[in-house]
Amino acid sequence: MPINNGQSIKLYALTWRLPIIIWQFFFFVGPVLFMVSMSFFLVKNYRMTEAFEFINWYKMLSRGYFWDSYKYTIFISMVSTVCAMSLAFPAAFTLAFTASETTRRWAIFLLIIPFFTSYLVRTFSWFVILSESGVVNAVLGYIGLGPYTMLNTHFGTLVGYMTLTLPLVVILQTVTMSNIDKTLIEAARNLGCKPFATIWQVIIPLSKTGLIIAAIFCFILSFGDFVAPFYLGGSQETTLPILILDTTKSGQQWPRAAVVAIMMMATLFAIAFTGIALAYRKRKGA
Amino acid sequence: MKPNRTLNIILTTYVILIFVFIFSPIIFSMIFSFNSQRFPTIPLGHFSTEWYQKILADPDVWDAARNSLIVSSCTAVIATLLGFCTAYSDYRYNFRFKGPYLALILLPPTIPLIIMALAMLAWFSKIGMSGQIYSIVIAHSVLTAPFAMAVIRLRLSQMDPDLEAAAWNLGGSEWATMRHVIIPFCKPAIFSGLFLTAAVSFDEFAVSWFVSGLNKTLPVLILEIVQGNIDPQVNAIGTFVFLISMTLVVLAQIFFASRQMKSF
Repeated sequence: MPINNGQSIKLYALTWRLPIIIWQFFFFVGPVLFMVSMSFFLVKNYRMTEAFEFINWYKMLSRGYFWDSYKYTIFISMVSTVCAMSLAFPAAFTLAFTASETTRRWAIFLLIIPFFTSYLVRTFSWFVILSESGVVNAVLGYIGLGPYTMLNTHFGTLVGYMTLTLPLVVILQTVTMSNIDKTLIEAARNLGCKPFATIWQVIIPLSKTGLIIAAIFCFILSFGDFVAPFYLGGSQETTLPILILDTTKSGQQWPRAAVVAIMMMATLFAIAFTGIALAYRKRKGA
Repeated sequence: MKPNRTLNIILTTYVILIFVFIFSPIIFSMIFSFNSQRFPTIPLGHFSTEWYQKILADPDVWDAARNSLIVSSCTAVIATLLGFCTAYSDYRYNFRFKGPYLALILLPPTIPLIIMALAMLAWFSKIGMSGQIYSIVIAHSVLTAPFAMAVIRLRLSQMDPDLEAAAWNLGGSEWATMRHVIIPFCKPAIFSGLFLTAAVSFDEFAVSWFVSGLNKTLPVLILEIVQGNIDPQVNAIGTFVFLISMTLVVLAQIFFASRQMKSF
């Protein structure tokens, strides 16, 4: 067989390398860059005309409601991240350290299913469960409590965010903590470290990278979700995703929606980079 | 660590509570789909298949189901193909700009769906491809290819690095080696990727909603029904969507796990 080093090997390598480059340039880089340039377009009589004007940026960024919604979205996403991280921690801790290998595998297997599926239907289901005469209030009614208003509140929004983020956060925390070298924990115990001190001074520092990555994902997911604040929070407070939705769907103001989207992306990149820098920073004096 | 027994029981109960929180919406939705009440709560009404009969008689539901099926199966094939090419390139080659190359495929899922939805909507209208079923397929392929890539890349990293070289030494061309060694080795991961990307696509609603135009998929139909009112039909459609997407994710996981058994 003739050995053909030149052309055919190049062709072979390019066959695997090129498709994704072409595809993503057309259908990922293209849309994102177009969205950025769209933020400078003009809208006249409900028709978008290509231009290079800063009017949309000026209109959006000078409005109080944009910044209110910006601050609220950051605030509620942070609350969501703190809730998800702390609610997940005891569960992940148990799965990582006291559960058997088999239980842990099954738990992760089960958690992967809701992470990938049916967030919308699960949120709608919460809408029914949490409503004024829904299941939760009916149960509380038997023991003489309530009814409580849970929909159209921050609580409702947070339940939605937890539905979205909790499976992923538990998975990431469990995987991170089960990778810790168990002998280090035993060493800490043998040296007289109390259980809670072991968690704070040994387990959390050792799983820092994974925990920060879990928190970043949780923040990104909450920050970009419109279903929970819309259906469970009753859009009492407009989050940025709802602002994009309204501006695009009812207002037909795509360029202004693009401004909001770019601001969101810039914020997320800043937060993700800061987080990753923190996650991989070497510990001082270690 | 050896926590004492009471602590152990508390922790185990806590884990169970977390799972109850995560799975109760799914379970309640299934229960309510067979419940006669117009407004689902407890105590339950009697068993009824009324909502299922309603959705089966609704041509919109059939159209949406057909669209969903087309979209998710086409997406699965394209996304897995793209994912395989990228995973293999990453496994086999080192080249300049490999970092940006990988970022190009891995970034889309980290961008909020609502932003991707807006970007895709604007771009597709610009290039005259909006409102078609294939627009959803294209958008979904971009969003789901990274999942297929990750699954196949993990499988490739379990391959003995000498295996490919051994095949070449035995006279196989690169193409033949790909066909007879690498693809068979990756088969479980390829199936896993197909099922996983199909599941994600089957459930995606934000991008579909923006770019679909009149060709609604099932999640978009649900989104439009639930706007503002409680309609028990949603539970029936939802249960159907749950069953399909959960089956797909379970299959994806089974194929993914089978890698350990079927090693070369």
